[in-house]
Amino acid sequence: MSAIVFFIAAIGAIAGAIGVVALRNPFYSVLALVGHLLSLAALFLLLRAEFVAAAQVVVYAGAVMVLYLFVVSYIGGGSLQQLTPGGAQLRGVAAAAVLALFAELAIAILGSGLQAVDSDGAPYVTGFGTPAQIGEALLTKFLFPFEVASLLLLVAAVGAVVLARRRAGTTLDDAERDAAHYITPRSLFSGTMAEAVGTVRTPEETVEAQR
Amino acid sequence: MSIAWYLVVSALIFCIGAGGVLVRRNPLVILLCLELMLNAANLALIAFSRMHGNDDGQIFALIVMVVAACEVTVGLGLIVAIFRRRLPIDVDQLRELQG
Repeated sequence: MSAIVFFIAAIGAIAGAIGVVALRNPFYSVLALVGHLLSLAALFLLLRAEFVAAAQVVVYAGAVMVLYLFVVSYIGGGSLQQLTPGGAQLRGVAAAAVLALFAELAIAILGSGLQAVDSDGAPYVTGFGTPAQIGEALLTKFLFPFEVASLLLLVAAVGAVVLARRRAGTTLDDAERDAAHYITPRSLFSGTMAEAVGTVRTPEETVEAQR
Repeated sequence: MSIAWYLVVSALIFCIGAGGVLVRRNPLVILLCLELMLNAANLALIAFSRMHGNDDGQIFALIVMVVAACEVTVGLGLIVAIFRRRLPIDVDQLRELQG
């Protein structure tokens, strides 16, 4: 029974991975990755990692993929330009590199000195991989990594906001802009970034500049 | 199923992800392929955790998921910033780091 589930999930995971790479439209790539993550969660369940499987489905396939979908629909498909002549050769080089990498990994797995690799794993102990056990480990043995992870998430959130915020004068097609270009709910000359950069001036400042 | 099967699946997914990073030119898809590689590593970690009957590997996998989420937010922020500047969303054409 577990063999059947394993093969279905493994084929789903690999097909999803191929879909991510092969599909032309980034939107479908994201959907293929969702399928891949769900199949992977089934594999995690087979390996008795209940909590990680649940987190995978809720956090990864749920939240992170929704973030991706938002950005894909914001940016749109976008038509890529044709491959340069050198690009086709580089594609062959990439395929060769990937094949070499897989051969190396296969040799590492097959030639491994680990005897337990050919077994079904250690005997199952009740409670292995349950939320209770993971939570206890996170709050005792791994408290420091847990806290550092929360700090890392905070830094990443702040960094993303700083990177993606709207800045004045950052588009390449910047013509001289006048105040009418800015669709802003704020009244003019109330301390917007555009004013700070100097593209919007009060009448007094304009008179100053002309002197 | 023996642990070796899971490791083979993990190796395959990792190689597909690495190939995608090398071949695709849309930074969004490259980020997706990075996710594939991180997930392959997670599968290997959890397989070894099962092999030893020790759940430290599962904690490691959770931390990898946290790091992946951070990488996604920063990466998507960069892509949105690129889009705002009307630059091409194509890694072959993005060659300059200067602002």
